[in-house]
Amino acid sequence: MTYQPQTDFGTPASKSTGMVSLTIDGRETSVPVGTSVMRAAAEQGTSIPKLCATDSVKSFGSCRLCLVEIDGRKGTPASCTTPVEPGMIVRTQTPHLAKLRKGVMELYISDHPLDCLTCAANGDCELQDQAGAVGLRDVRYDVQASHLGQEKDHSNPYFDFDPSKCIACSRCIRACDEVQGTLALTMAGRGFDSMISAGLESDNFLGSECVSCGACVAACPTATLIEKKVVEVGTPERSVVTTCAYCGVGCTFRAEMRGEQLVRMVPWKDGKANRGHSCVKGRFAWGYAQHQERILKPMIRQSISDPWREVEWDEAFAYTASELKRISDTYGRHALGGITSSRCTNEETFLVQKLVRAGFGNNNVDTCARVCHSPTGYGLKTTFGTSAGTQDFDSVEDCDVILIIGANPTDGHPVFASRMKRRLRGQDGRPPAKLIVIDPRRTDIVRSPHIEAQHHLPLRPGTNVAVLTAMAHVIVTEGLADEAFIKERCDWDEYSHWADFVSLPRNSPENLQPVTLVDADELRGAARLYATGGNGAIYYGLGVTEHSQGSSTVMAIANLAMATGNIGRRGVGVNPLRGQNNVQGACDMGSFPHELSGYRHISDGDARALFETDWGVSLDPEPGLRIPNMLDAAVDGVFKALYVQGEDILQSDPNTKHVSAGLAAMECVIVHDLFLNETANYAHVFLPGSTFLEKNGTFTNAERRIQPVRKVMSPMNGLEDWEITQALAQAMGLDWNYTHPSEIMDEIARLTPTFAGVSFKKLDEHGSLQWPVNDAAPDGSPIMHIDGFVRGKGKFVVTDYVPTDEKTGPRFPLLLTTGRILSHYNVGAQTRRTQNVVWHTEDLLEIHPVDAEDRGIKSGDWVKLASRAGETTLRATVTDRVAPGVVYTTFHHAVTQANVVTTDYSDWATNCPEYKVTAVQISASNGPTNWQEEYEALSERARRIATEVPAE
Amino acid sequence: MNVRISGDALALACGADAVAKAFADAGATVERTSSWGMHWLEPLVEIDGVGFGPVSVNDVAPIMEGRAPSIGRIEDHPFIARQSRLTFARAGKTRPTSLDDYYATDGWRGLAKAREMGAAATIDVVLASGLRGRGGAGFPAGIKWKTVAGAESDQKYIVCNADEGDSGTFADRMVMEGDPFMLIEGMAIAALAVGAGKGYVYIRSEYPHAIAKMEAAILVCAHLIAPFVVEVRVGAGAYVCGEETSLLNSLEGKRGEVRAKPPLPALEGLFGQPTVVNNVLTLAAIPWILLHGGDAYAAFGMGRSKGTMPVQLAGNVKHGGLFEVAFGITLGELVYDIGGGTDSGRPVKCVQVGGPLGAYIPPAQFDLPFDYEAFAAADALIGHAGITVFDDTTDMAQMARFAMEFCAVESCGKCTPCRLGSTRGVETIDQIIAGKNIEANLALIADLSETMKFGSLCALGGFTPYPVMSAITHFRDDFMVRGKS
Repeated sequence: MTYQPQTDFGTPASKSTGMVSLTIDGRETSVPVGTSVMRAAAEQGTSIPKLCATDSVKSFGSCRLCLVEIDGRKGTPASCTTPVEPGMIVRTQTPHLAKLRKGVMELYISDHPLDCLTCAANGDCELQDQAGAVGLRDVRYDVQASHLGQEKDHSNPYFDFDPSKCIACSRCIRACDEVQGTLALTMAGRGFDSMISAGLESDNFLGSECVSCGACVAACPTATLIEKKVVEVGTPERSVVTTCAYCGVGCTFRAEMRGEQLVRMVPWKDGKANRGHSCVKGRFAWGYAQHQERILKPMIRQSISDPWREVEWDEAFAYTASELKRISDTYGRHALGGITSSRCTNEETFLVQKLVRAGFGNNNVDTCARVCHSPTGYGLKTTFGTSAGTQDFDSVEDCDVILIIGANPTDGHPVFASRMKRRLRGQDGRPPAKLIVIDPRRTDIVRSPHIEAQHHLPLRPGTNVAVLTAMAHVIVTEGLADEAFIKERCDWDEYSHWADFVSLPRNSPENLQPVTLVDADELRGAARLYATGGNGAIYYGLGVTEHSQGSSTVMAIANLAMATGNIGRRGVGVNPLRGQNNVQGACDMGSFPHELSGYRHISDGDARALFETDWGVSLDPEPGLRIPNMLDAAVDGVFKALYVQGEDILQSDPNTKHVSAGLAAMECVIVHDLFLNETANYAHVFLPGSTFLEKNGTFTNAERRIQPVRKVMSPMNGLEDWEITQALAQAMGLDWNYTHPSEIMDEIARLTPTFAGVSFKKLDEHGSLQWPVNDAAPDGSPIMHIDGFVRGKGKFVVTDYVPTDEKTGPRFPLLLTTGRILSHYNVGAQTRRTQNVVWHTEDLLEIHPVDAEDRGIKSGDWVKLASRAGETTLRATVTDRVAPGVVYTTFHHAVTQANVVTTDYSDWATNCPEYKVTAVQISASNGPTNWQEEYEALSERARRIATEVPAE
Repeated sequence: MNVRISGDALALACGADAVAKAFADAGATVERTSSWGMHWLEPLVEIDGVGFGPVSVNDVAPIMEGRAPSIGRIEDHPFIARQSRLTFARAGKTRPTSLDDYYATDGWRGLAKAREMGAAATIDVVLASGLRGRGGAGFPAGIKWKTVAGAESDQKYIVCNADEGDSGTFADRMVMEGDPFMLIEGMAIAALAVGAGKGYVYIRSEYPHAIAKMEAAILVCAHLIAPFVVEVRVGAGAYVCGEETSLLNSLEGKRGEVRAKPPLPALEGLFGQPTVVNNVLTLAAIPWILLHGGDAYAAFGMGRSKGTMPVQLAGNVKHGGLFEVAFGITLGELVYDIGGGTDSGRPVKCVQVGGPLGAYIPPAQFDLPFDYEAFAAADALIGHAGITVFDDTTDMAQMARFAMEFCAVESCGKCTPCRLGSTRGVETIDQIIAGKNIEANLALIADLSETMKFGSLCALGGFTPYPVMSAITHFRDDFMVRGKS
């Protein structure tokens, strides 16, 4: 397959269902009402010359190349801005039009450097293509004024801006406005002096509001905005569509390649999750895949005090299998366990849990979803019957009210945030959706260009349940509940019981205000808006789940949605925004100790029998250990071996000291990862992993969308991750013989009712599928619970607010909450190894001016962050984005180790850690803590790799 | 003694304030009125209907003593007597911000009539009048109103385009300075007809007196037009903001950049809502039409050009001023009979009609009747009906260059033909003026003009070829002689 850019239809598709017939160049065609003449022509294969039009943004009508003649119309209207009309007769090529287009092109080229042969966009330049298309042969002007020879802006680490090549089409500005919604770019000057500007004259791209999403680069028709990698490598020669391995949005990209070298990742316009948009991580931050610190050879060692010894794969597998056998024989099979990764594919995850259940002979398997969205699984399964969100992302286009709780989409889920912001700006001629944000911090979406939340409820961390119960109180006591919906769809007795509970005076916003610190009137306003504002959709993130009442909060959200009838159609629903690319999939694949794939309890004999027959083994009917239990058992001396795939529990899990004690107590820790991560400091076997670019498989995003991950290059480490797990299983004597991940998916489909209709072939045909995919929904299920809840009747659960045991007091008077930032991902193992560090070089502590002044702290000062669990140091930034009494930081940098401070408290139902609430004290500091220094020294020791002594 | 002296900016520029003060100091009662529009006579002083002008401070005593020559009764002055003043009926006669004067001269009666007959009938009257947009495009006002009236929206707007930027035009300014209530009444009638709640008058910043008069007038008549509300917004110096879509962008606080049409402003205008955008003269004609009926208005004019047009005579002309007349008068009558030829006394070389983007018309075509269709057929345009007169010393190559330069300076920069073409046009005409490759460069200018005329997004780039090509067509010698000297 040779390189072809995706077809550009010039203007966005019309969503109308009515059709219009017209004639273009003698050919009759039929398109939806509202389609532009340009698009109608493009859809019938007629390419009208164009430069300022691209189908990701609204038509603009500035380049004047796309002029056409229409019978009965004066002049030469622009086809991009002219909607089709019934019976229209359009001519796209006449001598008059040809002359005009040539005249326009002659003007363009009179102000463009004629360096095509050495231009980075040579062969991939619309100006070049169109100059050819209109047949320009000569520029007759004796040019005096021009825009040539201007200085390039190299400031952005991923793309260059060369104003000399700019044709002032405004596509970049419009992409920033309409697609990304940041509005960072503008046109400076006017007339001939019109110039793209990233803000003030003093701003370059890096210093501007630009979030480096790449929408402008994708929109640019010339080499003006171009990826540095294209400048360096040259234009791509083929492309493969694959799925991003960062967050749970699940953007699909065209990996554009030259040989086995990745040139650029371009968002795929047909991707149903991202609809052609991207963020700085997926678009640009993939350099870690070739980072020099990546480990490419397996390594083993007897003790973590030894340096690593590089070995061949065979030796690594044989050694590991023998260690696992030794430990199983010595301490019993329950001394072994495994952790699957939400960053690996469904197929890989499925194999790891299969290895534990069928190979280790126990159910000691858990996944990092334990520490993020396990309460979502529990809460939504309990109330609705399915452990997943109810909508697809497209649903946001039909929202009237968006309620965001405990999520920071512009940082954590930027591409979906852009779609959300589009709705909140009220484009496409509809009034904007209203916005309610429940978050201790004033996150960016609370107020950004053309968006302002109607209600921001800055609650005290840890009081989600109280706030949601107070909202329910308002809805029920003010008669705003949708009783008809409840009567039809939910258990009325349970509803009545719940309604009585929330109506209690003690649950009123006024009574709870001292607890939640949320203004009662504001809360009442928010509740009324959600209940009565039309289609209401709730979007939430880890600010909901990572609490001691995480599961209660999820159920409280479900209660609100059911009570207001906001379930079962487009524009409504309960939508967990998943942190990692395959959290949903890892949960679906049976990664939890108590569940087989498809959320069937391990004690369910029928389900177990299905697997036992297929796998030819007998399974332990008892649930195994969760991650924290494994670590506890290790400290107790009864848990000795752990296989960790694609997960850095030392940095990501709470109370780092406890995690390290657990790991240190084990005899065989197997880390399967790209890098020597923090957990690897305690590992005995290191199995080098493959990146998402190097393997086949599937990821499942936050909307239950199963999307193909396609291998675009050979694994630098030699094996795809599923092959590594299979080889380990084979070394342990298991008879596994998969030759391709599609066979693993076939097995998943065979054993999992919600995946029954899924296969790689069908995924290739459809692009993606949203589970359940089965006989009832052969093409998948974008929206769930349409005619009834999966569990039958929707279940209202009383959620009594129970304050967390983590309390502030004189020693620890502030509440720490943690989160992430746009440019980094999770523990930063990937993004810290990319140029993304230019935006965020270190974790910073956000502190309110009042609290800072009390402690004599200024922005940029080093401060000590101490809790009952531990302490660390980092630098402070003073901001009123956080409320007084609340401090905030990110956990992207290993040197900060924010989780040294977080505690063992966790969700009552699922053990999801309470990352979001830690009582802390802040004080001035002049350097790293003892822990940081000791840990630094340990890391240095633990990461030594023995160098071969050369043969003499 | 009651002395009436105009407070119009042109009179002020000619020293009217000093004259007024001298009269007051001499014991006269001075009333500041609007201007009659005979600019060569300003400051024009009226005492009991008899005019004196132009008057300097030194003339005050002789006038008061009855020993100064007068111009006779102003109303009988041929320049006034030959006009059909419908829109400018009050010009020179009333105090601009006096509600009493306005009431006394049929003020608010058009609005009362519209209120009585209702929205649909009001639109019918405007349709029947045949009134076409006076800003330049000449689109029938009634049809525009009907479109806005038919659009579904809770919020509609009336926007008055008072960004009068054409060279040699001043009629809008004279309306706003001289008869602001008439404009407000016209806007209120439009609001009633289409269901708009809010109106904006977008006035160029170069018109401080008009801004002050409009603001003062809006204040005193707010209760009379309520619940409709009118607000003045001041432009920021861009000519292109006289184009309706860039005007709307500017009103919204955005860069004054032209919008592609469709969507029409009538359906998606200010803040995305249905909007009537009409020129000052269009809206100012409305109260008369409502009061006297559409047919009465349509009785004036010729062909599809109905009613009267306030023609503005300027440039090198003997009798410059505001001349409101029914469509159909010839250019020759206007230039010679009314305007009295050039002020310099030299032969007329040409006139430019319709501002800096209008065509240069040589005397050979002065039989052209003032009519939208007749002008269009002659590759010319009426525009805002400004006529600028040039004598035979004018270098038409420089005038062609000026047209391109004007376009380059004022281009918003959105569309390519205007953004790049105007600058290339200046450069190419400079080549011609320098005598280089004249024939080839003239051919290039012809091609460029075609690209700009048919390719530009709005009239700025689209009409720039009119002065350029008309100069080349009618005065080719001015281009060919280059380099020979």
